[in-house]
Amino acid sequence: MHGGISRRKLTAAGLGSLITAGALAGGLVASSAGAADHAAPKAATPITIGVSLSLSGDFSADGQAFQRGYQLWAKDVNRAGGLLGRPVKLDIVSDASSPTQVVTNYQKLISVNHVNLLFGPFSTLLTVPASKIAYRFGYALVEGAGGAPAVFANGLHNVFDVSLPVVDNLVQFAKWIASMPASQRPKTAAYPTSNDPFTEPQIAPAQRILQKAGVKTVYSKVFPAEVTDYTPIADAVAASHAQVVVLGSVDVPTVSSFIQAFAQQHYNPKAFIATGGPDQGAAFVKAVGASNTNGVMVPNGWYPGYANASSRKMVSEYVKQYGGTASGINSDVAEAYSVGQVVAQAVTATKSLDNAKLIAYMHGNHTFSSVQGPVKFDKLGENGAAAAFAFQWQKGKFVQVLPAHDSNSVKIQYPKANWGS
Amino acid sequence: MGSSIVQAIIDGVLTGGVYALMAAGLTLIFGVMDIINVAQGIFVILGAYLSYSLSVHAGIDPFLGLLITIPALFVVGIGVEWGFMRRLKEGDRTAMSILVTYAVSIVIEGVLNISFTVNYVQIHAWYVNRSVHLLGFYLPYIYVFGFVLAAVLLIALYALLYRTRFGASVRASLQDRTAARLVGIDVRRVSTISFGIGVAVTAAGGMVFGATNAFNASTSYDLISRLLAIVILGGLGSMGGALVAAVFMLVLEDVVAVAWSPIWATAVFFAALVVVLSIRPAGLFGRQVARAQ
Repeated sequence: MHGGISRRKLTAAGLGSLITAGALAGGLVASSAGAADHAAPKAATPITIGVSLSLSGDFSADGQAFQRGYQLWAKDVNRAGGLLGRPVKLDIVSDASSPTQVVTNYQKLISVNHVNLLFGPFSTLLTVPASKIAYRFGYALVEGAGGAPAVFANGLHNVFDVSLPVVDNLVQFAKWIASMPASQRPKTAAYPTSNDPFTEPQIAPAQRILQKAGVKTVYSKVFPAEVTDYTPIADAVAASHAQVVVLGSVDVPTVSSFIQAFAQQHYNPKAFIATGGPDQGAAFVKAVGASNTNGVMVPNGWYPGYANASSRKMVSEYVKQYGGTASGINSDVAEAYSVGQVVAQAVTATKSLDNAKLIAYMHGNHTFSSVQGPVKFDKLGENGAAAAFAFQWQKGKFVQVLPAHDSNSVKIQYPKANWGS
Repeated sequence: MGSSIVQAIIDGVLTGGVYALMAAGLTLIFGVMDIINVAQGIFVILGAYLSYSLSVHAGIDPFLGLLITIPALFVVGIGVEWGFMRRLKEGDRTAMSILVTYAVSIVIEGVLNISFTVNYVQIHAWYVNRSVHLLGFYLPYIYVFGFVLAAVLLIALYALLYRTRFGASVRASLQDRTAARLVGIDVRRVSTISFGIGVAVTAAGGMVFGATNAFNASTSYDLISRLLAIVILGGLGSMGGALVAAVFMLVLEDVVAVAWSPIWATAVFFAALVVVLSIRPAGLFGRQVARAQ
């Protein structure tokens, strides 16, 4: 899940970010180094990779999932002998979910820590400033959670997103609704969305497709990323009696609040899809309650059951290392892991840590493999080869349902089950 | 549209009660001690986590669990006051209290992150997702129960302040700490207990908040800015003001969100806050004259 940022940084971005970032950074750098030591030739100087992650603050759940993904990748690479015969060492610092702190962090990673490579932070809004710093110093910034148009609008040629471009996220879902026979097709839809660079670009294309298919828009409003109380917004959606709800959300609390309000209003849309939140595995289930997950959908480019050898291996390793079940794995883990895979392939192919060479290579029409499937960067740095899926929670399991013709897709639950069932 | 606005007003009143509960402690602590407790947000979340833990690990109903969590947070409040607050010098108490309570909140946030991870959780109970249908509107049980709880606790606080000898000491300290000392009130003891009470009531607010929102330790940052806005609008030190301001804020935001646009809801509230403060700089029910000390 990619998130944007909110005004919550009012207090967090100041003294708190410094204290928290400092405290966390110390411990995490040490722990990352520990993971790297696992490895390869002891005499070789480690390749250091600098990362700023949201280990506290609003995006901490996503940031820590990203951290696990990066660390899992580093462990695997080092176990296999490292990169160019050298072990990999992650230099992870916390940005406390602050777009200001992320700038400071990448400047320090480059200028003071002299890292060899950079991995991206979590969320579109943190990736935008991070990519500018990386560009200024000639570094490639490969990332997995900055797929919104805002990231590529600056025309920087050093930023590469290994995940699905967010504008395409809801297209599969919208096309599925539009493809229904007129007699079964929902008649109305609601589009409440957070004012976030991750969510808003997704809503418009889906809304266009559905309107063209005759699905009338009965609610379409943007709400701030930070809301004191989601209840009136959710109640207004319920009052619209929309048969489809497309929720532009960035996190679990937003989805959870809407589901709770819908249940309280005895309102159960035929289809409910949220752009972020339901992809957070066990964290989502824990928040909304298992009985309320049934039928909830989310678009994404990966899920734990993804039929890809390296994905299966990563899932197995993750469960072994962190416990839980495959369904409980946050998709952020795969996005982070994919970043490492792509960079590793570029480094291996160029036999170099020269960022200029890496940037040129990644723009060279090459196809990379990742746990999320193929990665091929277009001229902007977006992954033009990414597959778009939609997933659904069905009786406690997170399953692929779209594209419908895909052999790995199971039958979509439509209309969705009642809340609490 | 008409019924949606009525529903928004109902939502605002019910939720406002819960926010009043969270803000009451903040305003009490400021009133008695001149301390701006920016850790109030994390105390709310601590209360939510305690209720969550009792519910998940011991199967104790969140409302019943308040019999444990309220005293527990009272003890935490006493500990924080004893450990940090009473050591602040009178002259720079207010300014320093911001830094000290912020540090306290950072420490508690770190402990909660380690103990519970950063993944969001929510308190579940049979009444959390259910509602009662009344006069054509659905009233969620959790908000109704939360509002009743807020009313009971605020009345209890009122009775404590206005019907007991201790309350008289608190009010005397509220008006003038030095004068209170001169007439034999143990202001330090009053301050310690007031801080404990101010933190203890957040256990109730935290429980209801945790049942209506998914939360982690970082959620406290959202809360504290809201709670500060409420107590400033209501008047620092006024519990009745906190209640009125909380209900006003939530009703205004909810109605604007439904009748106009959610994106403007917060802006309209803060515009209203500016207007009120320009007319009444001490807030709706705040004292016009600053304390002497």
